[in-house]
Amino acid sequence: MTEVAEIDTALEWTSDEIMTVVAARELTGEMVCFVGIGLPSKAAILARATHAPNVTLVYESGCIGAKPDRLPPSIGDGVLSRTADAVVSVPEIFSYWLQAGRIDVGFLGAAQVDKRGNINTTAVGEYDRPTVRLPGAGGAPEITTSCGKVIITLRHSARAFVEKLDFVTSVGHFEDEELERQRARHGHGPQVIVTDLCVLRYQPSSREFEVTSLHPGVSVEDVLAQTGWPVIISDDLEETAPPTKEELAALRRFSESSAHSR
Amino acid sequence: MNARPLTLSDAVAEFVHDGDTVALEGFTHLIPFAAGHEIIRQGRRDLTLVRMTPDIIYDQLIGMGCVSKLIFSWAGNPGAGSLHRFRDAVENGYPHPLEIEEHSHAGMAVRYQASASGLPFGVLRGYAGTDLSQLSPTIRWITCPFTGEELAAVPALSIDVSVICAQQADRRGNVMMWGITGVQKEAVLSAKHSVVLVEEIVDDFTPHVNAVVLPSWTIDAVSVVPSGSYPSYSEDYSERANDFYAQWEGISRDRVAFHAWMTNHVLETKDHAAFMESLTAIGVTT
Repeated sequence: MTEVAEIDTALEWTSDEIMTVVAARELTGEMVCFVGIGLPSKAAILARATHAPNVTLVYESGCIGAKPDRLPPSIGDGVLSRTADAVVSVPEIFSYWLQAGRIDVGFLGAAQVDKRGNINTTAVGEYDRPTVRLPGAGGAPEITTSCGKVIITLRHSARAFVEKLDFVTSVGHFEDEELERQRARHGHGPQVIVTDLCVLRYQPSSREFEVTSLHPGVSVEDVLAQTGWPVIISDDLEETAPPTKEELAALRRFSESSAHSR
Repeated sequence: MNARPLTLSDAVAEFVHDGDTVALEGFTHLIPFAAGHEIIRQGRRDLTLVRMTPDIIYDQLIGMGCVSKLIFSWAGNPGAGSLHRFRDAVENGYPHPLEIEEHSHAGMAVRYQASASGLPFGVLRGYAGTDLSQLSPTIRWITCPFTGEELAAVPALSIDVSVICAQQADRRGNVMMWGITGVQKEAVLSAKHSVVLVEEIVDDFTPHVNAVVLPSWTIDAVSVVPSGSYPSYSEDYSERANDFYAQWEGISRDRVAFHAWMTNHVLETKDHAAFMESLTAIGVTT
């Protein structure tokens, strides 16, 4: 028993690492995944390096079936095009592949989200004179509505998890039930949000994201304090399985090789 | 008429005018930085810039006061941070107010396709429920005459000149690019005029997987500019200068530091070769 305890205490991780590991676990089997840059890309590459080697990664730069062994700093990095099964034009990736419904999972980051999984990546404050101008929509508005389902990953803070978005860049779930029914013909929208504190899943009954799993060492109070609305805590609340030695080793291996590849 | 060989300086002087709508396209790869610098050197004003992914070169053009309007879908410094000159223009009106017309990537791609196809507008299943569709007069709704489905309509882009990078041109002025080719074919076919920067001229093209070839008669001018995409990259010729993108965060955050950098490396260098030498001189690996 002592030996096991020693191994466990040796496994320490940062809050960013557990977020990436838990997000990666959402990708399984032979899913075809449309990958956003940053945290989603890191998690998707980790999934392929560990439990899900047969996941197909698609990047909006036109790279289909990319097999990066390091974290590309942008979605247009040469490691993506050189390892891809096919490289197509940007109009083609959005028309033939995304819009036509060939993507199982969209994997997105966000600056702000609300309880329905709506995303703001446009502006904080007034649109015409923003306090912070963000990059804008990119591929997200059509990714959220065209993929089979969507995984969102971002760091948990009261600034990011807001009651009301300053700008709805991409729709998670429509307030209007008829619109929500129409969208379901093309995709089921955001189903899970993975943060550095917890996992939230969309519940059709409440039509909100509910906290279903807390990462080790995180309390319900911690999550409530960092969420800008009275978030529902699931009756079946679980503790997130901690990162395994293999997951951490793989994550650190390609994070390090990215830093060295500069 | 086939493409003419021109120096980049002559090509910009002939094809980019004050008040024009200009697309310097490239999707991380093959971004025509050298052309943006030349536009800044020649002091163009009141430009409407078009690009799906405005990055550092658009940040520079905006910060130097060349731009009155930006049509785009994602403005950032990928993997590194914000475009601070773009943000300063939108948030504070510095150096002057910047009009913006923004779309999603899918919407911008369809606008290019419509324009390249000679159609007045394009159609996509997009924008439903977004605030973009509420505020933009360039997003409207139409009903499919066959199925009754409601779809988004976006107008074709109207571009005076597109500038892109390709790896190679042949002796007749046909150009070939490979790797990530983005929306550059559509950008050229959407524009009244086009200028292509190439790494080199070759006698004959060697076939490449996923290559795109644009015939000479679709292009106005070809300029040989080695490493003209720096700090972006040209597959099989150069690597992306990721360090430069990271350093831009510090240079561009401060108005004074930005102007000093632009003066030293762009305004006071005569061409792209001199620009690259000016970076080598301060220890930047190019």
